[in-house]
Amino acid sequence: MKAETLPQASPAAPAAHHGHPHESAHLHVSGEATYVDDIRELAGTVHAALGLSAQAHARIAALDLDAVRAMPGVIAVLTAADIPGSNDCGPIIHDDPILADGVVHYVGQPIFAVVAESHELARRAARRAEVAYEPLPAVLDPLQAKQQHSFVLPPMQLVRGDPAARLAAAPRRLAGRWQVGGQEQFYLEGQISYAVPREDGCIHLWCSTQHPTEMQQVVGHALGLAANQVVVEMRRMGGGFGGKESQSALFACVAALAAARLRRPVKLRPDRDDDMMITGKRHDFHYDYDVGFDDDGRILAARIEMTARAGFSADLSGPVATRAICHFDNAYYLSDVDIRALCARTNTQSNTAFRGFGGPQGAIAIEYIIDSIARELGRDPLDVRKLNFYGGEGRDLTPYGQRVEDNVIHELVAELEAGSAYRERRRGIAAFNAASPVLKKGLALTPLKFGISFNVAHFNQAGALVHIYTDGSVLVNHGGTEMGQGLNTKVCQVVANELGIPLAQVRATAADTSKVANTSATAASTGADLNGKAAEDAARRIRLRLAEFAAGTYGGGSIGAGAVRFTNGQVEIGETVLPFAELVIRAYEARVQLWSEGFYATPRLSWDRSTLTGRPFYYFAYGAAVSEVLVDTLTGEWRLLRADLLHDAGNSINPAIDIGQVEGAFIQGMGWLTMEELWWNKDGRLMTHAPSTYKIPATHDCPAEFHTRLFRNHSREDTILRSKAVGEPPLLLPFSVLLAIRDAVAAAGDGRTNPPLRAPATPEAILDAVEAVRAACGEEVRP
Amino acid sequence: MGADAIRFLLNGEPVEVSGIATTTSLLSWLRIHRGLTGTKEGCGEGDCGACTVVVGELAGEGEEPSGEPSDELRLYSLNACIQFVPALDGKAVFTVEYLRRQAGGSLHPVQQAMVDCHGSQCGFCTPGFVMSLWDLYNDCVPAGTRPDTARIRSQLTGNLCRCTGYRPIIEAGERMFELPERVLDREALRAGLLALRRSGGFDYAHDGCHFHAPRTLAGLVELRSRKPQATLLAGCTDIGLWVNKQFRDVGDLIHIGRVEELRQVREQDGFLRIGAAVPLSDAYAALCRRYPELGELWERFASLPVRNAGTLGGNIANGSPIGDSAPALIVLGARVVLHGMHGRRTLPLEAFYLDYMKKDLAADEIVEAVEVPLRASTLRLRSWKLSKRFDSDISAVCAAFALQLEDGIVRAPRIAFGGMAATSRRALRTEAALEGRRWDEAALAAALQALDQDYAPLGDLRASAGYRRRAAANLLRRFHLETRAEAPLDAQQTRVFAAFDSFAAQSQPLPSPEAAR
Repeated sequence: MKAETLPQASPAAPAAHHGHPHESAHLHVSGEATYVDDIRELAGTVHAALGLSAQAHARIAALDLDAVRAMPGVIAVLTAADIPGSNDCGPIIHDDPILADGVVHYVGQPIFAVVAESHELARRAARRAEVAYEPLPAVLDPLQAKQQHSFVLPPMQLVRGDPAARLAAAPRRLAGRWQVGGQEQFYLEGQISYAVPREDGCIHLWCSTQHPTEMQQVVGHALGLAANQVVVEMRRMGGGFGGKESQSALFACVAALAAARLRRPVKLRPDRDDDMMITGKRHDFHYDYDVGFDDDGRILAARIEMTARAGFSADLSGPVATRAICHFDNAYYLSDVDIRALCARTNTQSNTAFRGFGGPQGAIAIEYIIDSIARELGRDPLDVRKLNFYGGEGRDLTPYGQRVEDNVIHELVAELEAGSAYRERRRGIAAFNAASPVLKKGLALTPLKFGISFNVAHFNQAGALVHIYTDGSVLVNHGGTEMGQGLNTKVCQVVANELGIPLAQVRATAADTSKVANTSATAASTGADLNGKAAEDAARRIRLRLAEFAAGTYGGGSIGAGAVRFTNGQVEIGETVLPFAELVIRAYEARVQLWSEGFYATPRLSWDRSTLTGRPFYYFAYGAAVSEVLVDTLTGEWRLLRADLLHDAGNSINPAIDIGQVEGAFIQGMGWLTMEELWWNKDGRLMTHAPSTYKIPATHDCPAEFHTRLFRNHSREDTILRSKAVGEPPLLLPFSVLLAIRDAVAAAGDGRTNPPLRAPATPEAILDAVEAVRAACGEEVRP
Repeated sequence: MGADAIRFLLNGEPVEVSGIATTTSLLSWLRIHRGLTGTKEGCGEGDCGACTVVVGELAGEGEEPSGEPSDELRLYSLNACIQFVPALDGKAVFTVEYLRRQAGGSLHPVQQAMVDCHGSQCGFCTPGFVMSLWDLYNDCVPAGTRPDTARIRSQLTGNLCRCTGYRPIIEAGERMFELPERVLDREALRAGLLALRRSGGFDYAHDGCHFHAPRTLAGLVELRSRKPQATLLAGCTDIGLWVNKQFRDVGDLIHIGRVEELRQVREQDGFLRIGAAVPLSDAYAALCRRYPELGELWERFASLPVRNAGTLGGNIANGSPIGDSAPALIVLGARVVLHGMHGRRTLPLEAFYLDYMKKDLAADEIVEAVEVPLRASTLRLRSWKLSKRFDSDISAVCAAFALQLEDGIVRAPRIAFGGMAATSRRALRTEAALEGRRWDEAALAAALQALDQDYAPLGDLRASAGYRRRAAANLLRRFHLETRAEAPLDAQQTRVFAAFDSFAAQSQPLPSPEAAR
């Protein structure tokens, strides 16, 4: 279990492009890292809990909360009527009530909040409500919603070329249906907000959120406060994964509402089960596809309709569907396409952001299709993939009109193919399968290309503040939030690199809406790209001032500011060398400003929402993975034996952190595609609402051999230190696991029959696919 | 009655606790009453491990020759979210805050290894992993042993991480032994625990609710007959959830964990007798010594901290339709010893289960022990579970098969399934179809046909009825493949987990590619 790179920190290590430990690692391991629930509570703090809907769709005929009020320790009960401002916490479309008002739209929707002396008393009291429901028809299945034309947003469509004609003319066709399940974020730290009333009607809110500014806004709207009356502070989250982008809003609003009403500090920390019942998840997708291709497997035209379960409200489903459309191509040039996306309205949790944000759901469809084409033709899927890669004459334009200018997929895949001994292992596996009646091995290599930037151009901006104190220590504050991804570590590295000082001299502080204003969500993998650049800008401004001062003071008239060097904690002005801290104190005495703001806006972006065309992404990140699995054809149980990952993080700022992101995303995505199953009963109640019933990968799911490397690359664009974003793209790497399972299942038949393997590929889904393959091959359904 | 304060060692220091509810969880006490916020709540049901602590007590490991209190120090990991504080009386609790203290202010080797290997990302699960690794460290360092990767994985089955994918944490479990040692002073700890030892039972009360922990079996039975409404408490791995998740009023609690007679494992009259208060870890260790075929089931039964707390007696007395122990014990012919006011009675385990969550247990009775017959030489035994995840998942189907093979003829077949009916139940038609037959394809076919008549399973979140039915049949096929006379297949040909283990043991790390930079 050795990492193939285990860079260690040392004082002499360069600040950037080095595997420093996470800035909080020593705090994580000692239990000293403070999460919101660990903040020492102010005297008089009380606790809120939410009362949830028991029905999927119903009018509330009567809401009797007397029994709740009568419970021990109860201080107040709040309903929609108590909200002074707007009862809405929707991020884009205003269709997300904070507390249900008259109608409930899913099982688990919050109807009221109870505030009590303790967390436990509040939870106990919340169960005592008497709610009389008048049931309304509930739609629990996205395909049923589609049939009823029930959508949360208008359908979207992107057409290029003449797909209908090209499909009709194609020598070969393959059409089918497929589905991929949703996924619970399962951040280990649940949602939490702690609101403290301050003077003049102001609110200070500690909130586990990826989007402090949006929390500031929705709290302001709900309470009728101006933005300057609400401060949101976020030091760190215990995981976010997209689930704390918009979904933290309801908890923030309720905690703030209660704090404002009671003039007391109020904490709202839903129990894990409530959290999972209330909050949205990754959208499950249903596909209808039709592709035309030639005898080699070259895709000539493709048509796909993707139906996503949006849940009861829009939330972020629009941008999620857009990203799905913009990733259906994955690494492949598709000349003639018709891509549609539907956001189905269902009476279930309102689905939301989750690492990849629709990108994985778009890209996996084409991977499944190519896998099917290859098997249909009896070719190795890798050869069919290569045939369709972007690149070559006239094959670099995405369906949405952006040119792929930084394509490295050919080199990257070639390197992985050789390094993982793909062809030899393919032969070995065929031999193994021929001799193994029960267990079958499977192998797959899948590539990825992922667009980096928010699809909405104006979100692609960031600010930072850098302070240099007179002792030479540096503090940086920026608009991004730390959720474990190492953003603060990277931003500190950028600042240290810019100032030529050891990393240990730089500290990052909590995201705080009173410091950097109007921040974007830490999302879309852009955290380090945006905030790193803003922090670099701030540090550079100070450095330039310092350089000017140094040149003027120590340069003897012969050395310009441009020749002053900042390196290894020293400042070199020609022959004169000063410790950084000494220059700082001299500059302070000379009244040089030692702090600065910084700003960054990603260049070259454009997007036309009506035509779904433009340049939505600053650049692309690439990667590929090879997975080898073993499948039991009697039970559908399986194991991942070996995985080889090769990922493009540009010129990585921190290879250790980036490898951690790649490995973590791989296992997380593998969970999505194999074992994590959301299961609603016939009444629309989610029955997998805790780790006892919803199974994310555990230690034995980590493969026996796990080889992860970063691809040697440099961002073509002027990204922060020429690195590339790494948060979401590697979530596509475990496509290789799902398709390796499918490969093994195919080996249970004649090898040419496409197994109808749905995702998540649970043992049951796998056994279904095995039996379908064997039935199609006319074999008895057993070894 | 009820005058005792709860006394235990917290991070090495004695504490006395009173004035808290009998069902106060160790986790909330640590966080709210003591401000020790390093221990986290991730789920409140013992499934994520963010609240992992290490507990020490004076108790022998495994099988003990006598019923005398042991002076042996034993350390193990637990989920603090589902432990009631009174149950910790007389024990030692270590939280993550202790480690830096132990290391004189710097990071303990376990912690340093986690930093070196980049084993934390968001950090929320990290204290729990650190404590699980510290438990392993304390186990291995004094013995001078080093765990292999398989052992490290097993040690961490009770800890979920959503960020890292586990590889760097497993690596930290190797790396921690390469750093300068920090040895726990076990003698000081032992002395501290001896000082806390009570001569008799322990009684705690708060707000009209009692927590009784009698010392003797007679005392327990007497108490039980006096308080038939009280809730019997063993490892707290299920009752903790009643309180945390269902807000059930458990009333008075009678804790069986102090009764020495119930903590013993011994061989007696051709049976392996496992006391009702024996932790699952020890119970399975004893069972697997006699029946190594149960090894995979043991590894997959809940998680390590749950096995350290939970008991076999509790697993059986609970009567859940999916208790993974029951099918194997039923096919082995295990019996349950019940003890009430009017003495003991012994029942075959399958007779103990009447219907869904209903047992043949009188109000004054307790489960005293489970007795498992010792092995017959001709026995063919297997027990497997099917679930979505390998580790700590509730099974969709749990199967157990046992038969004697005499000259190729099936004798005394016993087959039982969990997850196929309201309780774990024998497949009597299938057994009848096999009795006296040659163990060949024809017998298998007959058995499969009978199996279809034995159960009418339901579908739920774990699997559909159809999958349960087909998979149950296929497990019988697998059993045949492994035990038939003609060319039996070995586990590596029939089971992915066995094959994975041998792949992992053989796998040669590839020539290390150059570092990322």
